[in-house]
Amino acid sequence: MSRVHERRVQLEKDLGGDHLYASRVRVYAKAVKGKMRRIKWAVLAFCLTVYYLLPWLRWDRGPGRPTQAVLLDVASRRYYFFGLEFWPQDIYLLTGTLIVAAVALFLVTSLFGRVWCGYSCPQTVWTDLFMWFEREIEGDRNDRMKRDAGPLSFDKLWRKSAKHAIWLFFAFWTGGAWIMYFGDAPTITREFWTGTAPGATYFFTGLFTFTTYALAGWGREQVCTYMCPWPRFQSAMLDEQSLTTTYQAWRGEPRARGKRDPGAPPAGDCVDCAACYTACPMGIDIRDGIQLECINCGLCIDACDHVMEVTGRPKGLIAWDTLADQKAKQEGRSVSFRLLRPRTMIYFGALAVAGTAMLVALLLRAPIAMDAEHDRAPLFVPLPDGGLRNGYTVNLTNRTQLAAPFVLTVRGLPGARLANGTAPQERHAALTLPVKADSIADFRVLVIAPPNAPPAARRPITFVLRDPATGDETTYAAAFFGPAAYVGGGP
Amino acid sequence: MPGKIEKDSVTGTETTGHEWDGIRELNTPLPKWWVYVWLASIVWGIGYMVAYPSVPYGSGYFHGLLGYSSRSHVAHEVAEVDAKRDIYMKKIAAEPFSAIEKDPRLMQVAEIAGASTFANNCQPCHGQGGEGRIGYPALAAGAWIWGGTLDAIQRTVTYGIRSGDPKARDSQMPPFGKSGMLKPEQIQQVASFVWSNFYGHPTKGEDIAPGAKIFAANCAVCHGPEGQGNPAFGAPRLASHVHLYGDFRAAIVRQVTDPRMGVMPNWNQRLDPATIKAVTIYVHDLGGGQ
Repeated sequence: MSRVHERRVQLEKDLGGDHLYASRVRVYAKAVKGKMRRIKWAVLAFCLTVYYLLPWLRWDRGPGRPTQAVLLDVASRRYYFFGLEFWPQDIYLLTGTLIVAAVALFLVTSLFGRVWCGYSCPQTVWTDLFMWFEREIEGDRNDRMKRDAGPLSFDKLWRKSAKHAIWLFFAFWTGGAWIMYFGDAPTITREFWTGTAPGATYFFTGLFTFTTYALAGWGREQVCTYMCPWPRFQSAMLDEQSLTTTYQAWRGEPRARGKRDPGAPPAGDCVDCAACYTACPMGIDIRDGIQLECINCGLCIDACDHVMEVTGRPKGLIAWDTLADQKAKQEGRSVSFRLLRPRTMIYFGALAVAGTAMLVALLLRAPIAMDAEHDRAPLFVPLPDGGLRNGYTVNLTNRTQLAAPFVLTVRGLPGARLANGTAPQERHAALTLPVKADSIADFRVLVIAPPNAPPAARRPITFVLRDPATGDETTYAAAFFGPAAYVGGGP
Repeated sequence: MPGKIEKDSVTGTETTGHEWDGIRELNTPLPKWWVYVWLASIVWGIGYMVAYPSVPYGSGYFHGLLGYSSRSHVAHEVAEVDAKRDIYMKKIAAEPFSAIEKDPRLMQVAEIAGASTFANNCQPCHGQGGEGRIGYPALAAGAWIWGGTLDAIQRTVTYGIRSGDPKARDSQMPPFGKSGMLKPEQIQQVASFVWSNFYGHPTKGEDIAPGAKIFAANCAVCHGPEGQGNPAFGAPRLASHVHLYGDFRAAIVRQVTDPRMGVMPNWNQRLDPATIKAVTIYVHDLGGGQ
């Protein structure tokens, strides 16, 4: 038998079955009360309030402009965030934001473990909300387990129907709110209910209704464990100095049920009451140590603290702690939580650099921009008077809220004249190219070199664009082509 | 032979009862839903054949109950696009150039329609960017023979040059050499004058005075005393750096001796007036327009 086969057989044995696939064990999380639960409710309320109401917040941008504070106008390619307006050209800012978000997540994880997963991830927030509805309708853990195991009855039928109806309603509201970010919220709402909205609106509302219902109602902890890539590499950010939800094994073990009778074998503080793992929304037992599925939500802390209180033991048998402190406590010492470590300082440094770069990029965004593309053919046109002409397509961007009477000139070609392609007979030293507010315009610009200019196959020139209203200026490095050498003369 | 159902001892699966050399075939049928999808596909396929064109026979084919045809579908879509375009093309046909030039939307449509018309019809002779080639005028350079205003270009495109259309632009340069009006020696003299004085290639020590006299007597009527040309009779400008038959002395001799006279088709036989106006604007805005 090969070694690979041996290992496979051993692995299957360890998993306790014939298959590498483990079938799902339904999680019936028990309701808990406590500090962590209250924080979790507060974060949930905040996140959902922002999510559902943000599209309705108005922002005055002047007449004829969108009034929605946060708006992703995909059709006209404008993205509004309160006083800021983004164009597709600003994609680097989105990239930067994603980098900042990723590094911030690394930093927080290295300090406090997976608090993002436990408190503010949309999957956690909506799952928590849906579990709350479930609990209100079907009762707590024991009621639900009993009913699910029992036969179909009227009671079971109506409770299940009501639960799914409410789930679907909130899923629909969630999908609908998502759409609001991509168009004017009041308009979309009116169009949606009068049946005049575009097909895409209905499609995406339906899609996100379905995903919310499926992921928060049915998928739940399976999404975190099997679909999400984050848990798979979180261990790279965690170390023995990170705060995580921790079972204090040194104090709790050996666990034993019930009262501690005098003369009985020595026992730890853990009364093996099952409160911690019945409260866990991920269906794990925190006493097994830190593990892949744990989202660091701390609900087991609340559950255990309650039991400790009732049984008259000190709280904190399950608590936020570092692995280093656990190890020290086993030896009767204690180490304090270190905020500053090489890892956190590197993450913080990267965050500071990326954040500063983003801020600078945001503040230095140019209000005007220019691109010039040389004609493909002909490269140059010899003129009857002996001059040369090159054609360019000049693309001008005016991001300001005022019409810009741009003036274009050219440097590096003495005596050059410019003409607008729509009126080639009118030649100017400086060409006026008006561009409307908040828009981009293309112009065909003809550059005419005077007769007897020194011949050059390729002459570098610079287009200079100026907005006389604001004094803003930008340049573009281009080239002016001509014959390599004069090839006149008859045979 | 239906017997009792036999089960495979290793997998616990039913067998079909077939056996070859001690190897028994297991009965692992397709999932039910798969079979139903397969059956539904057959039903769908029959329905599709009835509804849409399907069965060919001898000289034709069964058209289907819906009467669908992809060719008429395309024709319908093309007609839709044409209807949208027509709004602008009708305006272009109706308005004078001066009004079209003031309307950015019409100009945009004209430039786009003109560009594709130019590429399909004009480019083979005049070049991709209107740069021209020997025997074919350089439109972009503005070396106009029959005039470079919008109206002049429109007329040239519509009726052509020596095209046979009654309104075609037409002129004849006399064959001075072939007809004997000028002797070969005189032709060389006038060519030297034109080459030196107008084409801008003076030769040291060459006497161009006799050629100047011949030019004044024979050529200046049409080409002008300063060689400036005359668009009224399509007499090319000689005092230029851009020449229809190239910047060669031999081309001058050839043209005086036995002139070549190019023909341009009358595009009114092929393009509608609105399209001609669009291509006129496009050609004008290649850069040489007056």
